[in-house]
Amino acid sequence: MISPKEVRHIAALARLSITKKEEEGFRKDLSAILDYIAKLKKVDVSETKETSHPLFVKNVFRKDESEKSNQGLVGLAPETKDNYVKVKSIFK
Amino acid sequence: MLTDLTITQAHQGLRKKEFSAMELCRAHCDNIKNRNKEIFAFLALREDLALNEAKKVDDLIATASDFPALTGIPVAIKDNILVEGMKCTAASKILENYVAPYDATVVKKLKKQGAIILGKANLDEFAMGSSTENSWFAPTHNPHDPTRVPGGSSGGSAAAVAGNMALGALGSDTGGSIRLPASYCGVVGLKPTYGAVSRFGLMAFASSLDQIGPITKTVEDAKIIFEAIAGKDKMDSTSVEPQLSISDSQFSIKDLCIGVPKEYFVKGIDLEVEKLVKNAINRYKEAGAKIVEVSLPHTEYALSAYYIISPSEASANLARYDGIKYGFSKQERSLLDVYLKSRGEGFGAEVRRRIMLGTYALSSGYYEAYYKRAQKVRTKVIEDFNNAFKKVDMIFTPTSPILPFKIGEKIDDPLSMYLVDVYTVSINLAGLPALSVPCGKVGKLPVGLQIIGQPFRENQIFQTASFFETLA
Repeated sequence: MISPKEVRHIAALARLSITKKEEEGFRKDLSAILDYIAKLKKVDVSETKETSHPLFVKNVFRKDESEKSNQGLVGLAPETKDNYVKVKSIFK
Repeated sequence: MLTDLTITQAHQGLRKKEFSAMELCRAHCDNIKNRNKEIFAFLALREDLALNEAKKVDDLIATASDFPALTGIPVAIKDNILVEGMKCTAASKILENYVAPYDATVVKKLKKQGAIILGKANLDEFAMGSSTENSWFAPTHNPHDPTRVPGGSSGGSAAAVAGNMALGALGSDTGGSIRLPASYCGVVGLKPTYGAVSRFGLMAFASSLDQIGPITKTVEDAKIIFEAIAGKDKMDSTSVEPQLSISDSQFSIKDLCIGVPKEYFVKGIDLEVEKLVKNAINRYKEAGAKIVEVSLPHTEYALSAYYIISPSEASANLARYDGIKYGFSKQERSLLDVYLKSRGEGFGAEVRRRIMLGTYALSSGYYEAYYKRAQKVRTKVIEDFNNAFKKVDMIFTPTSPILPFKIGEKIDDPLSMYLVDVYTVSINLAGLPALSVPCGKVGKLPVGLQIIGQPFRENQIFQTASFFETLA
């Protein structure tokens, strides 16, 4: 079982607010899933390389040029100012 | 009834002017109005626009002697794929009011062929789930038995096709999300080879696994949609041109060597499902195909690897929903509180569970033990398939170990829900193409046969699956 403290730590890392009641639910669910996943320890992978991507990986480069105006995208933000996305101040 | 047709039949009807694209479109809109209350396959409709487009198609058909197979065909699009000007919610509160600023490449390609987009189909929130119960709006019901789930996460797409509310649909498949609902709804669903179809405009869930594919009434229809959407796209650097040009190479069933993995017929499978799938395999044997038992020894571990890799990638992909750039935003005093509250209240339980699971697997001290180990096991799973494909052309398995289950039956036990994906996730880990085709029913509940092929050999899968349809 993971601890309530660990659940709170993960939620903070993931930028998720969770209530006290949810905390216990997540603790139970995540512990059950992690217990199941633990069977991976039985596989001998000492000689095995990781796969991050199936089939093939190749970097694709293109010129850093904009093809469309950003107007439509900025307009989707909850707060904007002068065609910029507005954020909360981060300095006190 | 116009809504009973397949895409191929509807195309013939339009060519022979037996009915108009308007009539075809209206018949589907009317059926949606009749059935959607009960089934809830659609989250949003664009009836007026669709009818308008159908009228334009009719003008074109009146003068054109030939036109593409999808011209005038009414389709549904899973609501994690962007259609310009329409809301695209991913069935999440966090995107409840998000309006798509552009068309996904697959949508652009369908529109170019003249397909008529009817509306957006329901899904598990951000495609995370196996039952479509995780939709923030409401669950979709299985048209064959509305007390049961349609499978997920593309449950709305599959139910729309099975319920005669669309002639075809697009879904997305990260761990079985096209094949499972196709199986549960008694329709055909293809997860193409990784890279075969552009994901530009698909909301990213787990980028090394996601693929877009068709859900249709027949294998032939799946081929039509697949060919319309496949191909390299400069907007998705993982998309590629088809590597093999075996598009029209014909073969006979008796030339096929079909592998049946012993690890897929073990404890946990419903005996009725097993019987129907084995019967289907027998039909191929009777037609002269060679049936060989193969072993995929890491099958048992694939689900665990999947449930580390996919949440890990999801936790990174879903970091973009921050209450700042778009979507639901909780206006708090500090920036951190905007993040915490917007995400905490905007995401549903399963999405938060997976983000937390992924965050845990990637966090300091656990990365090696979980994420890196899962990636190594992924290599083992791929090696299993490579070894099997040295001996066989294709692999046949059930799509799901169990029949469509009751709505509410598994929703409170996440692990039991994850286990439903046990036969489908390996294929995504390996990037292979696989198709689910109906192979019978238990009572009124459909069962799917999963046909797994080698990379970019979708046509071999289509031809093989078509054979089974001709027997029915």
